[in-house]
Amino acid sequence: MTPAEPLSIGLEHYLTVSAILFTIGVFGIFVNRRNVIIILMSIELILLAVNINFVSFSSYLHNVEGQIMAMFVLTVAAAEAAVGLAILVTFFRNRGDIAVDDASMMKG
Amino acid sequence: MDFAMDFPALNEALPETILGLSALFILVFGSFRGDKGMTSISALCGAALIGAAFAAAWSPLGIVFSGSFVSDGVSVFAKVAMYIAAAFVIVLGQGYFDRLNSRRFEFPILVLLATLGMSVMVSAGDLISLYVGLELQSLALYVLAAFRRDDAKSSEAGLKYFVLGALASGLLLYGASLVYGFAGSMNFVEIAKSAETNMNVGLIFGLVFVISGLAFKVSAAPFHMWTPDVYEGAPTPVVAFAAGAPKFAAMVLLARVLETAFIHNIDQWRQVLLVLSVLSFVVGGLGGLMQKDFKRLLAYSSISNMGYALLAVAAGTVVGIQALLMFFVLYMVDTLGLFAAQMSLNRKDGESITRIDQFAGLAKVNMPMAIAITMLALSVLGMPPFGGFWSKYFVFGAAIAGGLWWFAAAGLVASVIAAFYYLRLIKLMWFDAPVVDFGKAPAEAKWIAFTSAAFSFPGVIVFLIFGFGLAANAVIGFGGQ
Repeated sequence: MTPAEPLSIGLEHYLTVSAILFTIGVFGIFVNRRNVIIILMSIELILLAVNINFVSFSSYLHNVEGQIMAMFVLTVAAAEAAVGLAILVTFFRNRGDIAVDDASMMKG
Repeated sequence: MDFAMDFPALNEALPETILGLSALFILVFGSFRGDKGMTSISALCGAALIGAAFAAAWSPLGIVFSGSFVSDGVSVFAKVAMYIAAAFVIVLGQGYFDRLNSRRFEFPILVLLATLGMSVMVSAGDLISLYVGLELQSLALYVLAAFRRDDAKSSEAGLKYFVLGALASGLLLYGASLVYGFAGSMNFVEIAKSAETNMNVGLIFGLVFVISGLAFKVSAAPFHMWTPDVYEGAPTPVVAFAAGAPKFAAMVLLARVLETAFIHNIDQWRQVLLVLSVLSFVVGGLGGLMQKDFKRLLAYSSISNMGYALLAVAAGTVVGIQALLMFFVLYMVDTLGLFAAQMSLNRKDGESITRIDQFAGLAKVNMPMAIAITMLALSVLGMPPFGGFWSKYFVFGAAIAGGLWWFAAAGLVASVIAAFYYLRLIKLMWFDAPVVDFGKAPAEAKWIAFTSAAFSFPGVIVFLIFGFGLAANAVIGFGGQ
């Protein structure tokens, strides 16, 4: 390793960032006990972490399929947020609250 | 201008084209007619499904759209079965929402869209169509689960289904990105070429994430937590749908990923599937023992049944895939029948009967329905000569041929445990005194329950004669074998 060489950002750096974001997203779903909106944000975080993976692999492999997939993921993420918020609104109308602990009418 | 010459690929994808276009046109028609027109819209959606089933049976087989869409025997077999199941669900839903006096024309259209998603799933040839098909199916089902928007239980079921389903999609997608990156391609055949020579840690990680995501969708333990709540809370016709066809699609998709893209790495994924399968037997068997709600009981029963389906895939052979196809057709008939039977039972005051102890004394009040439920319950627990016995027979045969003796034995123990809770239900219906006033059974649910019961015994013989040959023909050429 020569000290004069400038620091270059390679594939593994992108993958690390993406893995960290993905882990934060998964933990956000499981650890958070307060608010369903935070769960929706965590889901969004997971999907964006995956997108970083796809785009960096696509650039690394010189293969355009990963970027096409990223477009699909973005579109589906938008639809998913719309459906999730709509379900959340019906839940709120019935219960008057969106705390996670409240979603416990059914047990067994 | 010849349409088919300009777009030759559409011949292979004809059923999907029919479903997609009719969903869009019927949606426009529905938004003009409003909720009053639900009956005619249900009829149109049913017609579209029947048309798509014929199109699937007669459209040519082949690989189109640069390898991302595969129409082969297995996908055609699965599509025809799913389209018929979806058409029955539209009939059930029509009656159900009529009686609740909350007709909404979106219901049949959402069923149509979910079916389109499943259809893309079973035909997926690369990771993009895998993901898009899966999400189309899932998003439509999340909305359907929360469809009774004035009912607190239904919206809670929808919310839980959405959160856990979205997490599962995220896991699957992360796995897909790793598979893409380390194999260098989205296409299953290309992935197989790369995975044969260079199965590195990244690919194994990706494979495990993909399996976990799909295990979530089929509700195999330990990814089953959403199942009982969604089964209990969601409207019954939706559960009758979600319990059969989407799991069939996800299982065929799982088989296709494993036996096309990772065909050379069977040692790596077989262990994962066997662990999932045994856990499903344990959770489904023991969890079902203490249930009081009929739909929750069926949820645990379905978890345990997914164990058999995973065992068939884990065999890793063509016979295993054939057993999977037979298993799911017979299983879909039984679940559709049991949910239709539950829908047909009402109290005099119109409340539906959900608890198992409320089934007591049904034989004294409504003998034909008690006979139908008894036949379906015996079938699900695997009693010969009913359909459920044959489905398990094929799975065990495939597992033993694949050298999985011990796991077939575990499946046998699981079906003995399941026998306990289904026999308790039968004992309640035939030997106990009624505790509720049974009302009049709605016609369509009653006849679908009777038809399924008739299929589970005499009808199954006809199916075995023709279905076995069809399934055997279907698996030729699957997974590049």
